[in-house]
Amino acid sequence: MVESLVVDHVTKDFTLHYHRTLKQIAVATARGLPLKEQFQAVNDVSFTVEQGESVGLMGLNGSGKSTLLKLINGVMTPDHGTVRTRGRIAGLIATGAGFQPQMTGRDNLFLNGAILGMTETELKNKFDAIVDFADIGKFLDTPVSHYSSGMFARLGFSIAIHVDADIFLADEVLAVGDRPFKKKCLAKMQEIRQQGTTIFYVSHAAASVRAMCDRVLVLEAGRLNFDGPVDDGIRYLQYDDEDGDDPAFEGLMDAELGADI
Amino acid sequence: MRAADRAARNQQQVDEATRRKNAAKQARDLLERKSDSMPVVASPDGPRQIRVVDAELVDPSPTGGVVEVFQQRYLLRLIVGRQLAQQYAASVLGLLWSYIQPALRFGVYFFVFGVILKTHQGVPNFALRLFTAMVFVHYFTETWNGGTRSIWQNSSLVLKMRVPREIFPVAAMFVSVYHTGPQVLLLLVICAIVGWHFSLAAVGAGLLGLAILVTFSMAMALFFSALNVLYRDFQNIVQTIMQFIHFLVPMMYSYSVVNDLGKSHPILYQVYMADPLAEAVLLMQKVFWAPTVSDQSLLKPMFPSNLISRGLITLGVCVVLLYLSQKFFSRLESKFPENL
Repeated sequence: MVESLVVDHVTKDFTLHYHRTLKQIAVATARGLPLKEQFQAVNDVSFTVEQGESVGLMGLNGSGKSTLLKLINGVMTPDHGTVRTRGRIAGLIATGAGFQPQMTGRDNLFLNGAILGMTETELKNKFDAIVDFADIGKFLDTPVSHYSSGMFARLGFSIAIHVDADIFLADEVLAVGDRPFKKKCLAKMQEIRQQGTTIFYVSHAAASVRAMCDRVLVLEAGRLNFDGPVDDGIRYLQYDDEDGDDPAFEGLMDAELGADI
Repeated sequence: MRAADRAARNQQQVDEATRRKNAAKQARDLLERKSDSMPVVASPDGPRQIRVVDAELVDPSPTGGVVEVFQQRYLLRLIVGRQLAQQYAASVLGLLWSYIQPALRFGVYFFVFGVILKTHQGVPNFALRLFTAMVFVHYFTETWNGGTRSIWQNSSLVLKMRVPREIFPVAAMFVSVYHTGPQVLLLLVICAIVGWHFSLAAVGAGLLGLAILVTFSMAMALFFSALNVLYRDFQNIVQTIMQFIHFLVPMMYSYSVVNDLGKSHPILYQVYMADPLAEAVLLMQKVFWAPTVSDQSLLKPMFPSNLISRGLITLGVCVVLLYLSQKFFSRLESKFPENL
């Protein structure tokens, strides 16, 4: 098998600046408030994905899924460690990102396609297919500021899915569309999965992940805590303890109480 | 002590266990709420194909810098179009604004400096000389100003799409070429009417001037676009410099005045002449204006005697500046997402 994606000890820190202006900084310093804070979004994550594998990325909100996706997509660069990818990446980090509201759907389609790495001829050849899939009809020549959020998402997804990509990233943004459209998107994703494209699917919907993926990664507070088969991953995410009757936990509480007494 | 240690460790474990417990609860809630959010689509029957990817494992983020931008000319063209659409959205006069402003400025400068202060005395074709300089200074200011704001203005693209980020300052330069292009055409027409004639030396000077302008404006645009992401003050600083940049190049007054200044204030003279923009303006006047003057003896005090050698050195400095700006940009680039 050929490696499609190698993530090696990747860490991404964010520096949050609380105060921007000189006045705010002066006030904060006088009060002894912190000026900035380091925040680790992704913490020492390593994994390898083979070409043609489809991987589900799960985790709570704020666990670093989107950051990891952005690192893979190349929008961000890691502070430590390396990300290596093979071939063309198309992704839906955010649908319709970079759509210029004043420009028509048609113009935005070309711009977005070009950003995703399509050439002029490729775009012209696929134009009809993209418009067809997006199903925006007469709105094609309307500025996208008049689009509904569903239409926005449809056009964005349609462009991304028509890039002949080797790695396809799909974030939860798909959730904007209505159900028939989501179904259409997932069917299309199954199709490209069948063609051997590596798929990275971020979702909270367990059943959908089960149908789409061969493997699940679970992120918790920036750490990769699970990497394995889909069902185990979903079970792991639920932590399998229904009402806190975790024996280890109970035991600890007792020990804690004992120590206090 | 040992008991305290144990207590602390226990506390830590309890904290960890509590965190896990909370996370588990959240996860269960989330799964319950979202379990139905995406439909289930079974994979189609048939064996999975094997896709052969003929490429190396590489860093997914673009690292080619300005060079990579010019390899993606189609994308660059579209981004320039996007920028123009953004600029003229909901404006009735649209593109005309890019001509009204320079035209008015030209009128005012001509009136104040030429007519009132009489700097046109002893300068044949004063208006042409002024116009030549204004066109190219306009190109520079617009590239610099537009470039400085470019990353910040396109934050949605910078944050979510993978493009070489240098494309935005470069696009700003092309937007300004788009605006100054017709002005250069007008300039050529005027030159032809007034009586321009070809000379190899003049064209050579023009190419040198152009090279200085392009490298210098690009270096400034790159450097300030990156800085402006960290501190938005820089777009105001640039804007402030814009206000007086026209007065710091020999266009409303002639070089001979500057030369006279050099006799009493040699350091000031060197500082003034070190400005690549002043050098470029002089070179451009050498191409467009100088050949139209019939009395060549008048030209002597209008240019420094070492104009070309100065120009070559300036170009060298600008190339180095561009290189350093690119280095600086690449270094700051990874900090863009958290600062936008």
